[in-house]
Amino acid sequence: MKLSAPKPKVPGLLKGLGVTLKTMLTPAVTRQYPHVKPDLAPRTRGVIALMEENCTVCMLCARECPDWCIYIESHKERVPPATEGGRERTRNQLDRFAIDFALCMYCGICIEVCPFDALFWSPEFEYSTYTIGELIHEKERLREWMDTVPPPPPLEEGAEQPPELGAALERANKERQAALAAQRQATEQAARGGPAGPARGAVREDEEIEVEAEVDQDVYQALLAEGKSERVARARAKAAYVRKEKARIRAERAAAGGGA
Amino acid sequence: MIQVVSLVGQASAAALPSILDVSGNLWLDVALKVVAIVALFLVAPLAIGYMEHKVMAHQQARFGPMDVGPHGTLQLVADGVKFMQKEGIVPRAADRWVFGMAPAVSLVAVLVVFLVIPFAPGLWAQDLDLGLFYVLAASSVGVLGVLMAGWASANKFSLIGGVRAAAQLIAYELPMVLAAAAVAVQAGTLSLAGIVEAQATSLIPGTSINVWYVFPQFIGFALFYVAALAELSRPPFDMPIADSELVFGFLTEYTGIRFGLFLLAEYAGMVAFSAILTVLYLGGWQILPGLAVPGCDGLFDCRWWGTLLAFGVTAGKIAALTFTMIWVRATYPRLREDQLQRLSWLALIPLSLLNIAVVAAAKVVL
Ligand code: SF4
Ligand code: SF4
Repeated sequence: MKLSAPKPKVPGLLKGLGVTLKTMLTPAVTRQYPHVKPDLAPRTRGVIALMEENCTVCMLCARECPDWCIYIESHKERVPPATEGGRERTRNQLDRFAIDFALCMYCGICIEVCPFDALFWSPEFEYSTYTIGELIHEKERLREWMDTVPPPPPLEEGAEQPPELGAALERANKERQAALAAQRQATEQAARGGPAGPARGAVREDEEIEVEAEVDQDVYQALLAEGKSERVARARAKAAYVRKEKARIRAERAAAGGGA
Repeated sequence: MIQVVSLVGQASAAALPSILDVSGNLWLDVALKVVAIVALFLVAPLAIGYMEHKVMAHQQARFGPMDVGPHGTLQLVADGVKFMQKEGIVPRAADRWVFGMAPAVSLVAVLVVFLVIPFAPGLWAQDLDLGLFYVLAASSVGVLGVLMAGWASANKFSLIGGVRAAAQLIAYELPMVLAAAAVAVQAGTLSLAGIVEAQATSLIPGTSINVWYVFPQFIGFALFYVAALAELSRPPFDMPIADSELVFGFLTEYTGIRFGLFLLAEYAGMVAFSAILTVLYLGGWQILPGLAVPGCDGLFDCRWWGTLLAFGVTAGKIAALTFTMIWVRATYPRLREDQLQRLSWLALIPLSLLNIAVVAAAKVVL
């Protein structure tokens, strides 16, 4: 390293003036936040949401939180045996789950540590208050924020399916097959002139419609006009689009089936 | 109005009467002048303050105030209202009277400077024969207000701030006076309007090219400019406030409207010193060297729109100078106290002595 810098061509004092002048003449990058909403990345870490149904009151999050700002209260409940003659079980029932966002430093440890997928990052960030006490948010509010959590990103092509998802799918498929079998039986019975009761557990066969999600512009604009944030509007518009597409395809199939 | 205009029309350059002289009615005359000066005194700092907000913001790649009024234009009005609402707290150990009077002293010192500044032909409250002398004397009284504030606050930081201000005054008054004296020598008068007139007729020897004093006396101009920054305690010479060292210097204990008055004095001081620089070095209300304002016959016989235009030219020069003051503030870090003294005693004062010697010699020889 050289000890003395080479003598600059332009004196530093003038160079400094040049820098400020140039900055003045280039447009400022400031965003006028309350007037112009920021367009945040979908997985922005704004606030912590709680999926209350998943929480087992294992207390890991509260214990790992470096600030100790998660408050959990619960009681034990007895659950009757699942099978005849089985043993009674106890279960933790969550009474209070609150996070003091005045203390929270948004380290995300609680979310990392939760073994039951009960805590999530939500991109919602506009929850400032006038008093510090109001920053303690209870489980009702934390549950509401759950609605703003974006769905997890799709798995990579060819990735292994998560086991719990596979199990759930298998169960659902089995139920569906059983229902279809029952339906077929009922129609056969009806054909044989038996009592034609309404087929119980009727399942439409068109449930396997795959629709590529797109943003429904009308719905999107309407939601924006309602004052929803862009993110929420986008998610809902996609859902609306998928619903509409499915309904359309279903109607088409029904028409085709009726014509045949 | 017609009367005033015709009066100005009749005015001869030698008599230099003011546009505000209303046909000999002393009280009306005085009242009109006072109202005009106070209005200018209250409005100009607002404009300068807004400019400071915006220029500094943009030089730091941001917008500055945007919400009060279109593009934040009314921010300073809102601030003024806020200052009035705030409680004026006087520390228990403070010297109540001196503490309360300090902002007024600072303010009045600047206000009286406005009285003699010629903004346009005939547009001044009073043209004193000793105008330049009066301006320098009055403007240095402002530092007395700062010293009073520092002493009366009963606070160590305030006291250090006040004493720094006094040291700064002593160090920078000298180059300023010497630079101004060189102008007086070249112009041959101490009257501010007279100096403007002298600049309109000052030629490069042997040619007919008109020059303002900023060209022959550029060193003097630079000296006066730097000394004015120091006198105003504007960054990079804001040691009396120095918020990273002295909390807020002599202003530490001030709240509410008194604090607001000190701010007003600072901005009005910027206008006043820019106006003095304009008059001394930049040819007053001439558009370019040798180019008088249209609507004027010579330098002092103006129709009313010529007067307005001349006022616009002066205001433009003042704005340009204050812009550079803000620019300097946004660019340079504060000097250390010893650097400040060193700069003055080892650089500015010898330079100003050299400057006045050269100017005086040139005056005698040419
Ligand atoms: S983000 Fe960190 S600080 Fe905040 S609640 Fe979770 S663990 Fe505690
Ligand atoms: S770690 Fe998860 S499951 Fe356990 S108490 Fe916290 S939120 Fe509930």
